[in-house]
Amino acid sequence: MSQSADYNDRPWLDPDAEPFIKVQSVSKHFGDFTAVDSVDLEIYKGELFCLLGGSGCGKTTLLRMLAGFETPSSGSIVIDGVNMTDVPPYERPVNMMFQSYALFPHMSVESNVGYGLRRDGIAKSEIDQRVEDMLAMVELTQFRKRKPHQLSGGQKQRVALARALIKQPKMLLLDEPLAALDKRLRVQTQYELMNIQEKLGVTFVVVTHDQEEAMTLSTRIAVMDVGRFQQIGTPTEIYEFPSSRLVATFIGNANMFEGRVIENGTDHVIVESKDPACNFYIDHGMSIVEGSKVWVALRPEKIKITKQSETDSNTNSIKGMVSDIGYLGGTSTYRVLIGDGRIVEITSPNLNRPKDGNPPIDWDEEVYLSWEPSSSVVLTK
Amino acid sequence: MNESAESSAQNRLLQRMSHLLQRNWRSLVLFIPFFWLLLFFLAPFFIVLKISLAESIIASPPFTPMIEWVEEGIMHIRVVVDNYAYLWEDDLYAKTYLNSLKISSISTILCLLIGYPMAYAIVRSNHTTKHILLMLVILPFWTSFLLRVYAWMGLLADQGTINNLLIAIGIVDEPIRMLYTPFAVYVGIVYTYVPFMILPLYANMEKLDWTLLEAAADLGAKPMTTFFTVTLPMTLPGIIAGSLLVFIPATGEYVIPDLLGGGNVLMIGRILYNEFNANIDWPVASAVAIALLLLLVLPMMLYQHMQARQVEAE
Repeated sequence: MSQSADYNDRPWLDPDAEPFIKVQSVSKHFGDFTAVDSVDLEIYKGELFCLLGGSGCGKTTLLRMLAGFETPSSGSIVIDGVNMTDVPPYERPVNMMFQSYALFPHMSVESNVGYGLRRDGIAKSEIDQRVEDMLAMVELTQFRKRKPHQLSGGQKQRVALARALIKQPKMLLLDEPLAALDKRLRVQTQYELMNIQEKLGVTFVVVTHDQEEAMTLSTRIAVMDVGRFQQIGTPTEIYEFPSSRLVATFIGNANMFEGRVIENGTDHVIVESKDPACNFYIDHGMSIVEGSKVWVALRPEKIKITKQSETDSNTNSIKGMVSDIGYLGGTSTYRVLIGDGRIVEITSPNLNRPKDGNPPIDWDEEVYLSWEPSSSVVLTK
Repeated sequence: MNESAESSAQNRLLQRMSHLLQRNWRSLVLFIPFFWLLLFFLAPFFIVLKISLAESIIASPPFTPMIEWVEEGIMHIRVVVDNYAYLWEDDLYAKTYLNSLKISSISTILCLLIGYPMAYAIVRSNHTTKHILLMLVILPFWTSFLLRVYAWMGLLADQGTINNLLIAIGIVDEPIRMLYTPFAVYVGIVYTYVPFMILPLYANMEKLDWTLLEAAADLGAKPMTTFFTVTLPMTLPGIIAGSLLVFIPATGEYVIPDLLGGGNVLMIGRILYNEFNANIDWPVASAVAIALLLLLVLPMMLYQHMQARQVEAE
């Protein structure tokens, strides 16, 4: 009992928890093209799970297989203990919010929202009540009689959400839910979505290509590429401990250095880089053969930029010259030239106001870059 | 001084002219088709209307003039409504009108039943097949309409292809009578007009957002329910356009009932022909034509109304 409470927010860590959705070695082929390539996935009840990837990575195909619009070429999909692999969409306890919203143009807002309930043969008085409650939740009560073409983008999005949630599905699938909204509305809607999800406790599976959206929304993210999962983890895990160069560069920015392992201790690893000539000291051990080729990823905000060198050694430190400064107000992005022509990107918060209008670090200035032993990540692929 | 005043006056004139031209350009563009319709549609209509209000005489032209100058300054206007009364009294006309409406209504429904699934299949097929199928729908128009109706006579006749085939296979012993029956007329009309049903339906379905059907399925609608709650309402404008394009010309159809129905299927087009040519009773024939027009104006107005509503909705 006490143990399950520990895993309350992170059911995927609980060895005893039963996954709510189980995708088992599912593949989908369209002719010669493999959209989804033998993927396994376990999603737990109440999660807000993001499928993240570029266009054509197979995320939408996977979502459509969860909804029932596509049948897997092989593998199985189990939802809440029931095998749903070949069950048609209209018999699945799952609803979807479409990217285009797919509102019925010939029906009013309330008819759209009540459509799913009418299909279940529920008494009219109950339908009316539930439609009213749902419209109140998405704050559309006054627009109930309008047709979809009389609504703004944000209102349409809320109608689509209400229509998909009214049947109290076991899982809500959202295909790029915020893509059609402008930026300001997107941020606001993001939090609304999270609140609604928390309130109703419905499991959300969101498809998105926007990494920022995925980071803020989700409990866990699956990064997809060419039909496979590259990494599945919490936003922090994916950002701080990417498993490959692809994930490291897809989520946020990363400076990537190629090197060779020259020392592999129990509590540290040293990677030697030729270009730029410097050593990376990483303060955790890993199972890797000395001499093997690796990449070191370093996030821009984890690099310290100073005018004076803080150390004599070339471990976790490089000299360079500022070639570009991007002033963003809260932070500045420095592009620093190191070695022969390589650019390293550094993001640094602007803690103090510049004196006399002079920036603390100027163009073409010689600077020293340094970072903590815990800041860099060693990647083998 | 003089010269410059003259040139500025010229400029002003040019400006005014170009301004006038610009302003009236729209009216000019509209005037040409308007004039065309006036000349070739409205004027003949009034001529026919005038004849329908005259009396039949043995003369050339075979009807009484509407306006006669009895003597200097006295005009005699003769308007006879007998022809319309005659249409009303002789139940042959009422029967024929009703029969025409019955045949065109049933044909429209048959065209819809055949055309709707065909249009649906064309829209849902892949790019290459779609174009081939559309081509096949349009292809019959490349052969003369009359020729195609004659071909049907050859197919449906007692000694025709179909009967010969049935007898050869041994399904029947003696030919089934098909030509010169209402059946042949239905076959002819449905065959001829089914493309006019398919094409507007195709144009309508092509614009249909298919994710709406997925959304309906996702919300628990079985395929049949999806069809009746989403597909059918969304394709209603196409159904109406196609139905009117079949119904209106089918009602006034003359060639098909004449060639395939023989004397056994009376349609208003045939009566019209008989009155004009066999009876040489132009006034009655004109009255028949005007009555037919009134009969068809109603569905046309309905069509206009639907179109306007659709435009408004978009």
